Amino acid sequence: MSPRTSSGFCAESSLAIQSWSEGREQAARSPSPRLLACGDAALSVEFGNEIDEGLNDRVLALDAALGKAAIPGLVETVPTYRSLLACYDPVTDVDGLKQRILALSGDAADEPRRIRRWRVPVVYGGAFGPDLDAVAERHGMTPDEVIALHAGATYRVYMIGFMPGFAYLGGLDARLETPRRLQPRLKTPAQSVSIGGAQAAISSVEAPSGWHLLGRTPARSFMPGRDPGFLFAAGDEIRFEPTPPKHWDELDAAAARGEPVIGCEIA
Amino acid sequence: MSELLVESCGALTTVQDAGRFGLRRFGVSPAGAMDATALARANALVGNALDTAAIEFCLMGGRFCLEGGPALIAFSGTSANATAGGRALDADSSMLVHAGEHLVIGPVREGVYAYLAIAGGIRLAPDMGSRSVHRRSGIGGRPLQRGDRLPLADDAGEAQPRSLPPAEALGNAPIRLILGPQDDLFTERALKTLFREEFAISAQVDPMGCRLEGPKIEHSSGFNIISDGIVQGSVQVPGDGQPIVLLRDGQTTGGYPKIATVISADLDRFAQLPPGSAVRFHLVTREEALTLAKARAQKIASFHECAKPLAIESPADALFSSNLISGVTNAFAFDHM
Repeated sequence: MSPRTSSGFCAESSLAIQSWSEGREQAARSPSPRLLACGDAALSVEFGNEIDEGLNDRVLALDAALGKAAIPGLVETVPTYRSLLACYDPVTDVDGLKQRILALSGDAADEPRRIRRWRVPVVYGGAFGPDLDAVAERHGMTPDEVIALHAGATYRVYMIGFMPGFAYLGGLDARLETPRRLQPRLKTPAQSVSIGGAQAAISSVEAPSGWHLLGRTPARSFMPGRDPGFLFAAGDEIRFEPTPPKHWDELDAAAARGEPVIGCEIA
Repeated sequence: MSELLVESCGALTTVQDAGRFGLRRFGVSPAGAMDATALARANALVGNALDTAAIEFCLMGGRFCLEGGPALIAFSGTSANATAGGRALDADSSMLVHAGEHLVIGPVREGVYAYLAIAGGIRLAPDMGSRSVHRRSGIGGRPLQRGDRLPLADDAGEAQPRSLPPAEALGNAPIRLILGPQDDLFTERALKTLFREEFAISAQVDPMGCRLEGPKIEHSSGFNIISDGIVQGSVQVPGDGQPIVLLRDGQTTGGYPKIATVISADLDRFAQLPPGSAVRFHLVTREEALTLAKARAQKIASFHECAKPLAIESPADALFSSNLISGVTNAFAFDHM
């Protein structure tokens, strides 16, 4: 998939190409996915039951293959952690659709997947990340050590869901795994950078959350009226760049005007 | 240019068409008219394509003033009283309204949602492919407010008034479900409860979802799954065992097991159940759902043929005004892939 790139948020030329030979061997050995009915207008193509890069690769490969196949009656697809939701017109020949999906589930790894690598500025701690100190204390670290671990990892966007533009990330350093808060907050700000369990996230709009807020990014992953309206997509890679609080106002104002404050790493 | 001035309206009065497709992958559900059949009916009465943007009322009505020029309008739904220029507006025919006249729609009765369609549609700019207001994200704008002016087509007053046979009553027949996708995460007793007991639409209902009240639906092993995709009509069951049915503006992914899903032919009828009303569920097969989906598509497509001109006119005019466009179009949106 290729979201519109006209604004320079992530230029096509900076896309990184990852070898898929490993994934292809994996796919050849993998069993067929389960097809689960979600009513009469959608089905869930379920590749497994865990959060795993290999399973997510298969989800993304099928997503790309179905996008290319342009099957009549297939309205849209939604990649999630370990399954792909396929929404179709309810009067479609669903048996035919299922056969196409199963056929494409096996051999979808012919092309390398293009990976966009985002560099996301984050102001950590203080009012930007009110849970940073508590997370550090819980793990017997200093706040700077937590920041170093959080910003030192490379994350995969497993899916966008829950809220418009809300990015679920995998790849959190195991030393930072933290159970969710017992008392979820009724409101957390948009652009929160948080962790919960073994996951990490970038939020897009104000929302309730039980995750731990480590920082905040000026980048708007979702902004109505901007082109592109959404920055991140399933399969993207994310790295966080610690940014001093003194830069917040300037970056936040630029982002609010719809200007890019976020880069794509050039491989 | 003709405009419809909003003088007052309920808090959840919005502009809706058939919805916005292709953005679920970015966390945006389709939105669109909660009762797509009623939207299509109102549009057929004014000669519009059946998925044209119209005004959706939620429980409350509204008061409007037509400015600039005449417009053919139609109301679909049941209201305590609906008038245009002081003349009673019935739900089975369209009416020509003149500049300076007021449209008054009373509270919605026998349902939750009602529609006001105008010939030529509402000429707001589409947002990401649709004019539907997505109430959670603000895509497509916000609910209508006093003082808003909705641009109308210049020839809104030139369409031919029409009438349709009366709409079928919403009734209280059971809402039909297909099992899954996670029915295997529930006990046998949970399935019996779902299909044998009566539930009630709770006060916690909005365009995103509807919490049901009734006997507890029992999970067989825990209530957390790895988040996956959710559709309109998904019956998800959180830890407290009280089901939530996702609606048009619902979240796109979720981590609670989904025991069953409302079939597409019954989504409009389900959305029209007011808070406090009783609801029963009936299990159907995929084949039965397909037959019902085809029947619904045919019924909606027939609205144009069934909409008869109200006044006698010359045969040539009648032929000209008999709009043969039919079918609700899905906005196939693969440009994002």
